[in-house]
Amino acid sequence: MYRETQRRFQFDWIIILIFLLLVTFGYLNILSASHVGEITSYFDTSQLYGKQLIFVGLSFVLIILILSLEAKFYERFASIIYLVAILALIGLFIFGKDVNGARSWYGIGSMTIQPSEFAKFATALAVAKYISDIQTNMKTLKDQVRVAAIIFIPALLILLQNDAGSTIVYLAFFFVFYREGLQQVYLIVVLSLILLAVLSLKFGVTITSLIAAVVLLSRYFLRKKKRSSIIQYILVLALAIGFSFGVKLFYQHGLKVHQQNRISLWLRLEKDPLKLEQMKKAEAYNLIQSEQAISSGGITGKGFLQGTRTTGKFVPEQETDYIFSTVGEEWGFLGSSFVIILFVALIVRILYLAEAQKSQFSRVYGYGVASILFVHFTINTGMVMGLIPTVGIPLPFFSYGGSGLWGFTILLFIFVKLDSNKINEW
Amino acid sequence: MRKLLLVTSAIAVGLIFLVRLFYLQVYNSDSFNILEDTAIRAEYNYPKRGYVYDRNGKLLVANQPSYDVMVIPREVTPLEPSEIKDFCNLLGITAEDYEKKLTKATNYSPRLPSPFVPQLSKADYAVLQEVMWKYEGFYIQKRSMRSYQTDIGANVLGDIGEVGQKEMNKDSYYKLGDLIGKQGVEKSYEDILRGVKGIRFIQKDRFNKNIGPYKNGQYDTLPKPGKDITITIDSELQAYGELLMKHKRGGIVAIEPSSGEILAMVTGPSYNPNLLVGRERNKNFSRLFRDTINMPTYDRGLQAQYPPGSPFKVINALIGLQEGVVDVNDRFSCRMGYYYGSRKLTGCHHHRSPVDMNQGISQSCNAYFVNVYRRIVDKYDDPGVSMNKWAEHAKSFGLGNFLNNDLSVGRPGRIPDGDYYDRAYGDNRWGSTYIVSNAIGQGEVEATPIQLANMAAAIGNRGFYYTPHIIKNIESDTLPSNFTVPKYTTIDKAHFEPVVEGMFDVYNEGTASTLRIPGIEICGKTGTAENFVKIDNVKTQLTDHSIFVAFAPKDNPSIAIAVFVENGYWGSRFAGRMASLMIEKYIKGETTRKDLENWIFTHSLENEYKKPYSGEPFRINGETQLQLIENYALKD
Repeated sequence: MYRETQRRFQFDWIIILIFLLLVTFGYLNILSASHVGEITSYFDTSQLYGKQLIFVGLSFVLIILILSLEAKFYERFASIIYLVAILALIGLFIFGKDVNGARSWYGIGSMTIQPSEFAKFATALAVAKYISDIQTNMKTLKDQVRVAAIIFIPALLILLQNDAGSTIVYLAFFFVFYREGLQQVYLIVVLSLILLAVLSLKFGVTITSLIAAVVLLSRYFLRKKKRSSIIQYILVLALAIGFSFGVKLFYQHGLKVHQQNRISLWLRLEKDPLKLEQMKKAEAYNLIQSEQAISSGGITGKGFLQGTRTTGKFVPEQETDYIFSTVGEEWGFLGSSFVIILFVALIVRILYLAEAQKSQFSRVYGYGVASILFVHFTINTGMVMGLIPTVGIPLPFFSYGGSGLWGFTILLFIFVKLDSNKINEW
Repeated sequence: MRKLLLVTSAIAVGLIFLVRLFYLQVYNSDSFNILEDTAIRAEYNYPKRGYVYDRNGKLLVANQPSYDVMVIPREVTPLEPSEIKDFCNLLGITAEDYEKKLTKATNYSPRLPSPFVPQLSKADYAVLQEVMWKYEGFYIQKRSMRSYQTDIGANVLGDIGEVGQKEMNKDSYYKLGDLIGKQGVEKSYEDILRGVKGIRFIQKDRFNKNIGPYKNGQYDTLPKPGKDITITIDSELQAYGELLMKHKRGGIVAIEPSSGEILAMVTGPSYNPNLLVGRERNKNFSRLFRDTINMPTYDRGLQAQYPPGSPFKVINALIGLQEGVVDVNDRFSCRMGYYYGSRKLTGCHHHRSPVDMNQGISQSCNAYFVNVYRRIVDKYDDPGVSMNKWAEHAKSFGLGNFLNNDLSVGRPGRIPDGDYYDRAYGDNRWGSTYIVSNAIGQGEVEATPIQLANMAAAIGNRGFYYTPHIIKNIESDTLPSNFTVPKYTTIDKAHFEPVVEGMFDVYNEGTASTLRIPGIEICGKTGTAENFVKIDNVKTQLTDHSIFVAFAPKDNPSIAIAVFVENGYWGSRFAGRMASLMIEKYIKGETTRKDLENWIFTHSLENEYKKPYSGEPFRINGETQLQLIENYALKD
């Protein structure tokens, strides 16, 4: 009896509170972004806000289910859950349904389910399971390759289904690997590659190569002790130049036109005013509308259900990927800052708890959760505010959609459950 | 270290986002303005503009519907060449016009409405309305256009036109494409006539479709109709005055002395007010305004500052009496002019001599008035003090300053005072002999016809006037007290009688004895004013102006009038005849002296007006011939 009461209060109520705030606030904004004319009934399931209310209700059923299972269950069945998720992704090629050019959905009656949303927590579990194995050492190449394979399989499948946005999310696991012992050089390489890619696109291959050469040479001459041979430096430089060429080639030939234009808009590459005008009507349209909506909110916003641009449906996809623009318009600087702070607080709280875990499985999983939320939050919000090129991924707990909401709910509450179990893990 | 990467990244991203939000929503926020929000369209509902009636209740200006094609450039979807052609055909413009107008509208503002093709006819509107949905970004705005019920009074009634940038800057009520009073009562009573437009805010979606009223119409307003006004003009008298003024330049202003109401306000040449309505407006407007020779939009009755000539003599008589420097019985001799020593300061015409005040006025003796004027100026040792007093008296008749009334234009005229001459000649370095021209209304004195008419009203009232005004009645409103409180002159009432008698004798035995009207006692004063222009930088004299100032009847006058005919030679030749006819027309309602009337109708001064532009030397005054209008259909 005593044990029972104690366990009930072991859940981290801060995370749960933030979750409730995000979901509620998200629902209100979906209501605003999706209603047409008078709202006759909040449970009108022909309307998106009515459906979302059902999704929210069901997510509570899921939470109860997750929390009532034994914590050990997740560790034990991690591989099986991962396998089911992979099979579900593969099944899409046969039974899937095309929506907006991406084959990411199963149609069950009038409902649709997007397995990639569930593949995230499955992958997080699998990664946690593999890394927490006593024999795994993240510093060895063998394990690095294996763990990379765990995330590459779902990422590749999703990419093949034409959902590039969701693929990018799997890069989040880099944070997990780095925390679990991946060598520093990977971080440097990743950062250098990102820098090289941006430089190549913005300033061209020649200038980028020169910059790389200067950086490498100065490093060579400044480093008197333990200086590796000049051949190595030249090799690195050659690789950098090769990468730079590769990025340029990939940008010009590997990307679809709309992807190319999104990047071109972000880096302000296009100078032809005629083409820019065209882009404003196509790729940039959403972004411009979204920024205008946010900007028009001012400090306090126009008020719930009072956003003129939201009511007029000026921002396409507003209830899904662009939901943050509704927050910006109707709740202003105060409301949108509140959302930003909630997300950062949620991530920081998860990381804090993850570090406090006794079991490595729980810690790695916690890191996975925080990383996935971080990438979603950064890319989505950054895109809506015009800081990051357009990538179509939802804002966790906010964007309309059952699969998304449930996927994130499961992801988060498995961690809540694991965390609540930490004293039993002696 | 490894533990911190993600935490610091998350916090850094959060901070960056907060800064970005601050930039977007606080620093760079287009603070919400309902009129500028592209998600909301403001639809204006223009109220009926108030009607204008004359003093007898005759409708002068009414309304007719007008339809403007408006454009919001940002919402225009590019049209195929064939579509543009169809659209242009409907609008009656060319494809180049289409591009030009669109560029102009875009330059003004891509998101605010600009007029594209204004003032379509009702027939064009009917056709266009059917197909308007095809052309996104264009819509039809219904407005009210003026409908003049008369061909006269263009300078009185004025006109309305699209607001200019200056007017929009001054009053944010006006939006591009709105109409505003430009001249006449349309301008001076704009606020009353226009009413207040209603506004409806409509929420749009991104396809520019209306999706209902914004916030259930809580910011919407209903239009308030403009108020009707009645003006003091007697349209029959006005029409008659314009008829008399044909082929002449000048102005006629008639005032009711007991109220200050302007009965007629004629300027010549004028134009038909209907020219400034509809699609031809712009063309006609620039034609009228660019005519710098005839200047039809220049209201000579209100704006032309002429030397007043002899009518101003009565003011000097009154000032002389008030200052006690002359008695009505004082006689002065005239030797065909006034001599200072052996120098002749002014000439005069042939009449008996010496003359007293009565004869001085009725015979318009220049020498008499130079004597009176010199006594006024020499009253004090410092002529500056005397002249300041003199100017104060003259100004109390409404001369030398703006009348401060409800007309859209006006000029102050000029009454020089002591300080004026001190500035011109140096302190105390001048005397009465320097400035004797003022004695006979020449020299530095200038006045507009309306000021002279008002002066006549003040004399007719024996010492007070009401500010001349054009408004008689505003629907459910009262008139400003400025028009209902008499303004007194600085001359005692008693001094007016001898002067009025003198003006009465102008008709009985003086310079206008041929212009008597049977059964009406008129008091008046002729005037003949020398005038000059610069032709190729040479000061050249033109034929004298013909001036007449009068009021009638002698006691309790019902009309005071000033007539000014440019280059009409002497006072009774044109101005006197016209004044006499106007007075008869107003008091009797008809004219009995058809031969007098026909003389005016058949005589033109156009040849005089052409002279300065002919480039050849020309003769003036007595050496000229009058131009006859041939085939003039005599009226019965």
